[in-house]
Amino acid sequence: MSNHTTPLVPTPGQTVGPFYGYALPFEKDNELLAPGSAGSIRLQGTVYDGAGETVPDAILEIWQPDAEGRIVQKTGSLVRDGYTFTGWGRGSVGYSGVFTFTTVNPGPTEPGAAPFISVAIFARGLTNRLFTRIYLPEDTAALANDPLLASLDPERRDTLIARRDPDGGLTWDIHFQGANETVFLDFQ
Amino acid sequence: MPHTTTETDELVPAAEPKAGHTMADRAVETQQDLSAEINGLAGAYAQALKDGAPAETQPRLDYPPYRSSILRHPTKSLHHADPETIELYSPAFGHQDVHALEADLTIQHNGEPQGERIIVAGKVLDGDGRPVAGQLVEIWQANASGRYIHKRDQHPAPLDPNFTGIGRCITGPDGSYRFTTIKPGAYPWKNHLNAWRPAHIHFSMFGTEFTQRIITQMYFPGDQLFPLDPIYQTIVDQDARDRLVASYDHSLTEPEWALGYNWDIVLTGPKRTWTENEALGAEGDEE
Repeated sequence: MSNHTTPLVPTPGQTVGPFYGYALPFEKDNELLAPGSAGSIRLQGTVYDGAGETVPDAILEIWQPDAEGRIVQKTGSLVRDGYTFTGWGRGSVGYSGVFTFTTVNPGPTEPGAAPFISVAIFARGLTNRLFTRIYLPEDTAALANDPLLASLDPERRDTLIARRDPDGGLTWDIHFQGANETVFLDFQ
Repeated sequence: MPHTTTETDELVPAAEPKAGHTMADRAVETQQDLSAEINGLAGAYAQALKDGAPAETQPRLDYPPYRSSILRHPTKSLHHADPETIELYSPAFGHQDVHALEADLTIQHNGEPQGERIIVAGKVLDGDGRPVAGQLVEIWQANASGRYIHKRDQHPAPLDPNFTGIGRCITGPDGSYRFTTIKPGAYPWKNHLNAWRPAHIHFSMFGTEFTQRIITQMYFPGDQLFPLDPIYQTIVDQDARDRLVASYDHSLTEPEWALGYNWDIVLTGPKRTWTENEALGAEGDEE
């Protein structure tokens, strides 16, 4: 295992392009839980470009722990049985740039940790995928102690925290550019 | 759709000597204009390498010759983060998700698709060279005429009733994948006047960690459109660009059936430290 081989150079990414729409979406791709089922919430948002226009050709993936903070390793995301929570979903924006998922509030993966949803974003015009996080707004003490959030300027930090809707859902927008440019992450 | 009003030749100024060299409107941008921009950026990169800058291994998010990227690239540097918990795992896919026949794009209809039948095979590896086993690979592509079945593709080339252009598979224990398909055609797009994409197959892959997620495009060796294509050239480093080009592989070619191409994918990372004590459990894994 530790035989000091030179790491391989990773393959470059490329844009998802404009024509993923007949290939990447699948039935119930954005339903991590059946809508209306116990504990389900709506996660929604809008994708904006640098001119403030909505982006009609973006596709997102979310990957998250379950409501108890457990990381799920179950198959069945592509052929959902309506009962198994796999933790992963895919959602294309509509013509108005809006995406929607049905999911659960993620639980903290460790006691006191700030719960978050991991996000990958693809779009025409975006040359490589972007990663970011969606934090739940409630546990302010956990948010204050979160290592990533603590490393951000206060005004940029808020781009990663969702708003709680009156119906219990979450709203979280993506801005590729502009005053509210979302914080995108580099893990390398 | 700000570009749709500028697509016709009617907007080109009346013919007069050298009128074509005035860049009054994006609509009249020619390949020559775009190539000058591409070559300018390539020259600057070559100079930076000479001056000791590290090689760039990924596409530039900010690459103006790809016009659609101008308003869609982050203007601030990506924020470095250490992946945590969920990011160090990947969603699980299996044979419940994907049928074995989905790896053959030539049998999805009643008849044989038109075009040159090919086999594309290779391995998905992580940055340490370990195979990525049991993970999802998805592909999509144009048909042999360079036409996507997508309704937004209005390129006046024929659709093929026997070809959809979508495939999936789950990698084997050695990280291997294999698709049977048709060699896609080049197709025109609206980035500038007379813009053509080199033939390519879109690939989507998962690793063992979500931070390894990648969507990219595989190209075919020797394509004359490479230097002209602003999307391929978003990767400014030649060695990095070469990593997207498959190799013709006669050992994959099947007699009287299909030509074979080999292409391996290397994912970033991994970042997770694998030790016996740490594996599963401590991170709250179930089962």
